[in-house]
Amino acid sequence: MQNNENFIEIKNLKKWFPVKKKLFGGHRSFVKAVDDMSFSINKGETLGLVGESGCGKTTTGRTIIKLYEPTGGNIIYNGEDISRLTSRHMLPYRRKMQMIFQDPYASLNARMTVGDIIGEAIDIHNLAKGKERLERIQYLLRRVGLNSEHANRYPHEFSGGQRQRVGIARALAVEPEFIVCDEPISALDVSIQAQVVNMLEDLQEDLGLTYLFIAHDLSMVKHISDRIGVMYLGKMVEIAESNELYIHPVHPYTQALLSAIPIPDPDEAAASQRIVLEGDIPSPIDPPPGCRFKNRCRFTKPICSEEEPELKDVGGGHLAACHLL
Amino acid sequence: MDNLLEICNLQTSFFTYVGEVQAVRNISIDLRVGEAIGIVGESGSGKSITMMSLMKLLDDNGKIKNGKLLFNGSDLLGVSEKGMQRIRGNEIGMIFQDPMTCLNPVFTIGNQLMEPIIKHKKVSKQEAFKRAIHMLSLVGIPSPEERMKQYPHEFSGGMRQRVMIAMALSCDPKLLIADEPTTALDVTIQAQILELMKDLREKLGTSIILITHDLGVVADVCSRINVMYGGTIVETGTTRDIFYKSKHPYTWGLLRSVPNPKTLVKERLIPIDGTPPDLIKPPLGCPFAPRCDYAMKVCMTKRPLLFEIEGQHKSACWLNHPKAPKVESPLVRRDS
Amino acid sequence: MSTGVMDKSLELELDDSMFELVPKEQKKLNEMVRPSMSYWQDVWRRLKKNKLAMFGLIVVILMTVIAILGPMFSKYNYFANDFTIANQRPSLEHWFGTDQFGRDIFVRILYGARISLIVGYAAAFISFVIGTLYGSISGYVGGVVDNIMMRIVDILLSIPMMIYVILLMVVIEAGLKSIIIALAITQWLGMARIVRGQIMQLKNQEFVLAAKTLGASRNRILLRHLVPNSMGPIIVTLTLAVPSAIFTEAFLSFIGLGISAPKASWGTLVSEAQQLYMIYPYQLFFPAIAICITILAFNLLGDGLRDALDPKMRR
Repeated sequence: MQNNENFIEIKNLKKWFPVKKKLFGGHRSFVKAVDDMSFSINKGETLGLVGESGCGKTTTGRTIIKLYEPTGGNIIYNGEDISRLTSRHMLPYRRKMQMIFQDPYASLNARMTVGDIIGEAIDIHNLAKGKERLERIQYLLRRVGLNSEHANRYPHEFSGGQRQRVGIARALAVEPEFIVCDEPISALDVSIQAQVVNMLEDLQEDLGLTYLFIAHDLSMVKHISDRIGVMYLGKMVEIAESNELYIHPVHPYTQALLSAIPIPDPDEAAASQRIVLEGDIPSPIDPPPGCRFKNRCRFTKPICSEEEPELKDVGGGHLAACHLL
Repeated sequence: MDNLLEICNLQTSFFTYVGEVQAVRNISIDLRVGEAIGIVGESGSGKSITMMSLMKLLDDNGKIKNGKLLFNGSDLLGVSEKGMQRIRGNEIGMIFQDPMTCLNPVFTIGNQLMEPIIKHKKVSKQEAFKRAIHMLSLVGIPSPEERMKQYPHEFSGGMRQRVMIAMALSCDPKLLIADEPTTALDVTIQAQILELMKDLREKLGTSIILITHDLGVVADVCSRINVMYGGTIVETGTTRDIFYKSKHPYTWGLLRSVPNPKTLVKERLIPIDGTPPDLIKPPLGCPFAPRCDYAMKVCMTKRPLLFEIEGQHKSACWLNHPKAPKVESPLVRRDS
Repeated sequence: MSTGVMDKSLELELDDSMFELVPKEQKKLNEMVRPSMSYWQDVWRRLKKNKLAMFGLIVVILMTVIAILGPMFSKYNYFANDFTIANQRPSLEHWFGTDQFGRDIFVRILYGARISLIVGYAAAFISFVIGTLYGSISGYVGGVVDNIMMRIVDILLSIPMMIYVILLMVVIEAGLKSIIIALAITQWLGMARIVRGQIMQLKNQEFVLAAKTLGASRNRILLRHLVPNSMGPIIVTLTLAVPSAIFTEAFLSFIGLGISAPKASWGTLVSEAQQLYMIYPYQLFFPAIAICITILAFNLLGDGLRDALDPKMRR
């Protein structure tokens, strides 16, 4: 099943977290972080996943690589259904799927040297020993633009951007095919963000990687992604090719999200009409029936409170879930 | 319009076990009444330390070595701690990045809102209560009477930031300092808060200093911008000066490393190589020189003067010296 | 720094050659300015600054050395009776005087030091091994297992230690063994809770998730990631467990449930001295001071370590 299309297929993925209720009485409540998501990722592409806090994008990323066990649905990796695999059988897949984390300060073990952090990846899968292992570590450090002589230093001696590079080197050490990038640049300075993004793009080209790029910085996501999916409260509300999404956003939430991006250009900023959404982002615990966005939507109709909209094709692979269509 | 605030030649250092970290190295900023200015810089640029110095809220190992902090005519450096307490919250309001850590979880919002009003304005509890309700509605919080009785954890992130703004403005200060007020918030909430700040400035005439690393945010809210790097101000001017007529390679670098969502063709981002300087060993010359594509011999040894470009537009770069080679800005004006 | 107006001297220095372009040095861009310091080196540096903690450390080391070597250098032993020199005041012959049986008090205090420190260190060691093991499993596995394991700890904690000692005395006679066993049963409980708390806090941190993503086994995560990052509170708890054990032993010996004469525990010494302390106060004074100084030293060291290990206080 070596297909470019549908390299990774997600079918009706659900991840619910139980909320501790009182010991007696009352029904069980769930935080429905990911609630029936279906989409696919093509080999070699970068799929962006955007949304605000509580939308479930981080949970989606972590569930896809089985950091969390899915509550329901299927994850099909290159034709193999890995949704129900036990941790022992997941081990070979742990080489193929990797993750880069958001916080450069918390994602590295402060007690280990940078060399050991990268080396651990090599050790777990027995990829090299002794001299070869050391050479691999040094190679990886250079690959991400760091000085290979710094392998004996500790994370706290590096800057945020450099730590993030160490995290990338760690992910690369197992020679993965697919990497979930969970907000990898949000915690970095602007000028460093560009460095890291460029490096990720170069690595993708050199190594043929596939990325799931999760972020809330929409400008950066558009820059790096081929296609973008927009999430709201555990559901995918729109998914389209990057340019298409920005030129023709269909879903009211996407429209509001795009208009809210601060534009680094004073004339354009003054000229643009901002759609300001009223209210706050609701909680993903036991969402009400119907469309989840109806409380903040400008265009609600009666049907929005009764039925949940399905993802419909509005032309050329551009999908959106809204009753207005 | 007079200058509400004049920071002159401020120098602040931290004395740590590895030596003296010169966080702020001789900067001058002025602010007029009713104006909103931005201080843009990355981590380590010294932008937050500048404001902490102004409010005299530095850590124990921090010290203002030199400078004048003229607020409303008087030099804050000479003001005692007691005097500062009368100014903080009263004449200068401040909001920070993370509203959750700035609000006390064990007191109600009402309690926390009323406290500065009672303390500074010396009014009765009923008066303070009325004013607090007024502030909550001003910042757009629905059903303020009920919310007064609630605790911080019952508010969402955006709401908490609104409460912070309400608290900061409750005593009608002349100046509001906002240190990365929207960085921790979602984009749609950020839009709400920025609209609110613009709105309040119009209604109340408060001057605003907005500290951020987000160029998009300053483009929207501020009329003048100071760009900081390595503890110094590298460029200052009106917003249009900085975005369209910039004369400093660091500003060029910043503007080029931010992607423009309007372009259809994928352009490669042009980052600035290297990392910001460690201010324990501050460089002799221009702090940006090691990373600059246009560095000259003079840049490595002598700190650049603040050259006047036009009106209020000034740039601390040797490229603006008459003897320097003419360099065109690599930025292309963005057209939609 | 002036704005645009240069003085003559500066203008003269700026000849045309100063305005030549200089190429960027790529290598220098990733330099590290500050000296390399591992976590423990930093902790040690911070500890050194705390005078009281260093005092505590020195006393602890001194006490340990004396306890091991001390008695070998004295010509007296702790059990020989000689009524001719009973109840003598401190003198050059007997630095701390003699007790009612003519035994040299100084030597008895040295032996007492041995006992106290053996008990203290043994209790700390046992609590470390069992407590860390138990607490880390409970914290890592979580859920129902954690619930049950912690409730067991709660139950065991609610039984006063005296009960264990008394119950043990039925099986083993009162003495060093029963004390150490009783302390072992109770000391690890506090450690287990602390370790569990740390593990629960850390297990959702991103570096642990990263290890899981790599495919690390549960054991690897516990041993290489979770426990090393919990060492701070573990060490502090250990350091404070020792004086607690020492005091408990002294107390038990004092009331007669611990070491009995002629073995010299500080508690027994105090117990023996209390009858005649109005007449011979020194017999009570010296063992009491010994207990106080030792406990104080460990506590000062423990407090100092707690501050030195606190990541938030890093300047």
